[in-house]
Amino acid sequence: MLVIVLGLLALLGLAAGPAAAFADEVKEVRIAYVHTLERGRITLSVLDQPPADLGLAGLRVGINDNNTTGRFLKQGFLLEDVPLKPGEDPVPVVERLAASGTHFIVTDLPAADLLKLADAALGKEMLVFNAGALDDSLREQDCRANVIHTAPTYTMLADGLAQYLVWKQWRNWFLVTGSHPADKLWGDALRRSAERFGAKIVAEKEFADTGGARQSDTGHAQVQRQMPVFTQDVPDYDVLVAADRSEVFGTYLPYRTWLPRPVAGSAGLMPSSWHPSFEGWGAAQIQNRFEKAAHRRMLSEDMQAWTAVRMIGEGATRTQSVALKDIEAYIKAPEFSIAAFKGQKVTLRDWNLQLRQPVLLGDGRSVVSISPQEGFLHEFSELDTLGIDRPETSCKLQ
Amino acid sequence: MRNAAALFALGLLAVMPASPALAYKVYVSNEKGNSVSVLDSDSMEVIKTIKVGQRPRGITISKDGKFLYVCASDDDTIEIIDTSSYEIVGTLPSGPDPELFVLSPDGKRLYVANEDDNLVTVIDLEKRSVITEIPVGVEPEGMGVSPDGKTVVNTSETTNMAHFIDVEAHEITNNVLVDSRPRFAEFKQDGSEVWVTAEIGGTVSVIDTKTHTIKKKIGFEIPGLAKEAIQPVGVRITKDGKKAFVALGPANRVAEIDGDTYEVKRYILVGQRVWQLAFTPDEKYVIATNGNSNDVTFIDVQSGEPVKSTPVGELPWGVVVQPQ
Repeated sequence: MLVIVLGLLALLGLAAGPAAAFADEVKEVRIAYVHTLERGRITLSVLDQPPADLGLAGLRVGINDNNTTGRFLKQGFLLEDVPLKPGEDPVPVVERLAASGTHFIVTDLPAADLLKLADAALGKEMLVFNAGALDDSLREQDCRANVIHTAPTYTMLADGLAQYLVWKQWRNWFLVTGSHPADKLWGDALRRSAERFGAKIVAEKEFADTGGARQSDTGHAQVQRQMPVFTQDVPDYDVLVAADRSEVFGTYLPYRTWLPRPVAGSAGLMPSSWHPSFEGWGAAQIQNRFEKAAHRRMLSEDMQAWTAVRMIGEGATRTQSVALKDIEAYIKAPEFSIAAFKGQKVTLRDWNLQLRQPVLLGDGRSVVSISPQEGFLHEFSELDTLGIDRPETSCKLQ
Repeated sequence: MRNAAALFALGLLAVMPASPALAYKVYVSNEKGNSVSVLDSDSMEVIKTIKVGQRPRGITISKDGKFLYVCASDDDTIEIIDTSSYEIVGTLPSGPDPELFVLSPDGKRLYVANEDDNLVTVIDLEKRSVITEIPVGVEPEGMGVSPDGKTVVNTSETTNMAHFIDVEAHEITNNVLVDSRPRFAEFKQDGSEVWVTAEIGGTVSVIDTKTHTIKKKIGFEIPGLAKEAIQPVGVRITKDGKKAFVALGPANRVAEIDGDTYEVKRYILVGQRVWQLAFTPDEKYVIATNGNSNDVTFIDVQSGEPVKSTPVGELPWGVVVQPQ
């Protein structure tokens, strides 16, 4: 099922049929968004329900931005939304996109599906942008030369959080991890960060997912009794760090711990690549633009997708070309940088094609701090204090 | 009274070369403080604080010095302040989220960058009405006007272009691609060049106004500072075109640049996150707004030395000095 998003075609005054192309003199760049349709998954709080157009809305704003600039250069950007059912094989999609002249694929897929897609795209004239998966493995042992990552990694997010907790002198952590694979990856990243920045995990527990409904009519009464008991009987700690990617217990922790302690990680103070309330560094502009277009606030997945589309647009603008080889060479060049409302230029790690970026720490209402924290120095870029650095990488790009 | 005092001071100047500088009123918009601080350029002290609308940023003054125009960005309006009574006497229809603007050399029109709508709005000051809107790139911000008033240059922060706009035709004639996040455009008084800063790119592009090409890209290097911290924003060039000053944001410095050779002569340490600059009309001082340290720094143009930093309101953003 294909939906062609027409972007600014109408505004450009061009014919807009279902398979519309720009007028002859306008050179077009086709971008496909391939993602698994698992929106509407159950969350502990209804406020955390992912919107149906998560990510896609960011791409649309990026396409509009590129088309506004493209007007001056006779370049047009087209978006095709390609939702996959969970478990659906992405390989036929890649074949079809390649045949239709789409050179750029932005994805929000589970790691295994992304690898399948990337390997199918290899040898074709295609470049893939991972705007969703946080798995470090995709940038390490499973890295690919045709995949650029605008999403941060678990270790980048964990390091951003850890720097702040250490700066606050909250060095003694009580780590609670969920029982699902993603929770374990997130927990591993937090454990690594603790060691890296001198925090100590004084207690650790697993919160097993025993199933059951997330919300029930009088469920709050049980939660209020359950969480203090669960967080009891551990040595004293400064902060409870929760690793719950699976929405099983994180939201239930704040205000319910046995000891009165702050919560961070998957609840309380949470690290992310973007925050819906963030307005610094000129971000009010993209936030306003986004809200006008999507009628909701901009989330991390939207920003990661927007950044991918802007990188493609920037490549087309700077090289004055829509050819994949020109745009790819521009993006992968050592001097590449882009402005993405992050207070400084963001660049690519040449060893694994991961976008360097600051990590925002927010509490659900506002941005509390932004890492890297002052004083965490690095010989090359302070942004490389976040995540797995060049000397530690196991990525061999090919 | 003020005129008499000014005349008296002028008389003194004629006979005494080493006399004190003329006193001008300096107006600073405080983005977080929702106020405009008024300073005396001679004492360098705050003499008055004016309460204004939400999030004041761009600020300029009428050619006769009687009216101050302030972008109240979050109120989606431009406020007009009478400089003798310090009262808000009216507003201009600015379009949403006005940030920066520039006055035409004849003082009759205001050209406003509307960031949210990718537009430059042209306002007739006498009628207080919108003449036209010109579509530009994504996130228009910097606004410069040529000394002959025929060309306006707008910079768009996400498109990364300097758009040359023909004022009569209300049309873009040329687009010049510059480095990331262009924030400000300033013409030389002879109209030969326009200087465009790129905040994220960390450079200043000197654009030849005849060929519309970049004739020089000025870079900055400050020992001990990360390159990412050097973020050029405001630019001012002396009337003779010999000296330019560029505010370098979180580098906490203003660069002095030779207007002929484009060589950086010195880095002047000011306050934190320096963004905008303004000369006194006699070009004795250039005044810098230091957002994160809540002060402004008076820099001696001749020596390139910072003379004094004066606390103003919260997050000082823009600055303008009364005309001669």
